[in-house]
Amino acid sequence: MTKRIAAITFNTFREAVRDRVLYNLIVFAFLMIGSSLLLGQITIGVQRQLLINLGLTAISLFGVLIAIFIGIGLVSKEIDKRTLYTVLTRPVQRWEFILGKFFGLVVTLVVNAGLMTLGFFAALLYLMRGLEHSDVYILEAIYFILLQFMIVTAIALLLSAFSTPIESAVLTFAIFVVGSFSEDLRGFAAAAQGVSHYIAVGMTYLVPNFSALNVISSVAHGNPVAGNVLLLNTAYGLLYAGAVVCGASLIFQNRNLK
Amino acid sequence: MAAIETFALEKTYQVGFWRKKTKVALRPLSFAIPEGEVFGYLGPNGAGKTTTLKLLMGLAAPTGGSCKILGGKIGDPQVRAQIGFLPEQPYFYDHLTPRELLDYFATLSALPATKRSAQIEAVLKRVALQEDAWNTQLRKFSKGMLQRVGLAQAIIHDPKLVILDEPMSGLDPMGRREVRDLIEELNHEGKTILFSTHILSDAEALCDRVAVLNRGELRGVGVVADLIGSVKGNTEIMWQGAAAAHAVEALGFKPHVVGETVRTVVPEQDVDRVMDTLRNQHARLIAVTPMRTTLEDYFLARLASPATGAAPEVAK
Repeated sequence: MTKRIAAITFNTFREAVRDRVLYNLIVFAFLMIGSSLLLGQITIGVQRQLLINLGLTAISLFGVLIAIFIGIGLVSKEIDKRTLYTVLTRPVQRWEFILGKFFGLVVTLVVNAGLMTLGFFAALLYLMRGLEHSDVYILEAIYFILLQFMIVTAIALLLSAFSTPIESAVLTFAIFVVGSFSEDLRGFAAAAQGVSHYIAVGMTYLVPNFSALNVISSVAHGNPVAGNVLLLNTAYGLLYAGAVVCGASLIFQNRNLK
Repeated sequence: MAAIETFALEKTYQVGFWRKKTKVALRPLSFAIPEGEVFGYLGPNGAGKTTTLKLLMGLAAPTGGSCKILGGKIGDPQVRAQIGFLPEQPYFYDHLTPRELLDYFATLSALPATKRSAQIEAVLKRVALQEDAWNTQLRKFSKGMLQRVGLAQAIIHDPKLVILDEPMSGLDPMGRREVRDLIEELNHEGKTILFSTHILSDAEALCDRVAVLNRGELRGVGVVADLIGSVKGNTEIMWQGAAAAHAVEALGFKPHVVGETVRTVVPEQDVDRVMDTLRNQHARLIAVTPMRTTLEDYFLARLASPATGAAPEVAK
């Protein structure tokens, strides 16, 4: 079982690399070099915050876009191209295939984010002529960004198991946007009355809480993330992504291949 | 033990968005393929061949009935480990090379890592894929080369049962010949082969038994020689004497006159009637030649027969 999932994971990763997905790193590199040079002109103190905000937001946005645009095709592309036929007629369970595809994209995103992180720290080092103790907290923010990637990948995978790539892309992106404003949604749910109150409350539980996973602004000001938040967010990310991947497996289990 | 058994296997689809209509892809289908047999699954395009193979391989769920593969269910991974499958017009991960693709499939089929490399080379040689293509990405391959890779992936794990959907598709005459030889070799090794095709000469040359399918309905299944024998053949009669041509035409047959020589083709049962007429007309007989019945004749006869929904002709 483990070997089969690992093989599917590796193949998904290899496909992403050979399809030149990591080329986005070049754009990121230019963005970091350009920002460092530009921010060098601005007052000390603000430039550090700006670079952290810009760098981490770019890491998050690039990753989410990759998660959506590869994630929506993870299953549907294999069905359309019928590459799946020669996989699922082997001793591979359908849930193993789903899990392998999920891990494959997550590994791609982790490697991508890892390389971006190196680039980002290089830019920070160049701009500030050294690192501070509080820069370690940046790694906590990046860890939360990875948890976001995991959830977005799982959602894209779930939608791709039963809808077209365009529908999946639009829906996943919409869920990401709503999830990023989930704190505002909670505020609206508390203020709303009647049916809209119940709908808003339902949505706050259903839509992933990406607000809780966004600590970019906080770490940019040099604030650490509390230990219990780290633990709870990890549990939340794993459980949410796990539940969605289980849902994707269940849907895919009974799907007829055309 | 039968390698494949189907029991009233059936598939219908719902088509249309608002007004859903039921489309019958496969009417209740029952047949068995004993182990060690080469079985041809014949039918025109859209007959339901690929649907049947998808149901057998568990890629689609049947609407009714069931099937047994190697005595078990297709959902059982241990059963699937013993099957090699080539889909129609296969498409593979085009970012991989044949070596990488086969390594991936061998891993999924639980082939031990120690055997993998040697097995991959042996199989690539067996399907006659040129060595300089072994490390080229599949996106640069022609249709025929992809078909060879498809055959290689179907046998990489040394399966007991090999199911091939249109294996000759996209191959040149040389390639078709090689695939025919490969199927024969695999059969000599004791493997059961089920392959679908609409190229009847291939089926006639290779198969122990065939099934004929049309519009989702089984029209006949049996030993090739028996099926051919069941079709009443034609006889070619040639004579000299153009005057007799009119008398033969009056019997309802079309004579072809070239100078004084006349030729006609008549069904077996009408030979005596035509010969009597020629004798009465004092024509000089040149030749009476029974024409060889082919699988194509049987195939066309079964396709032309009306769909009854009743049990098909079965010869064992």
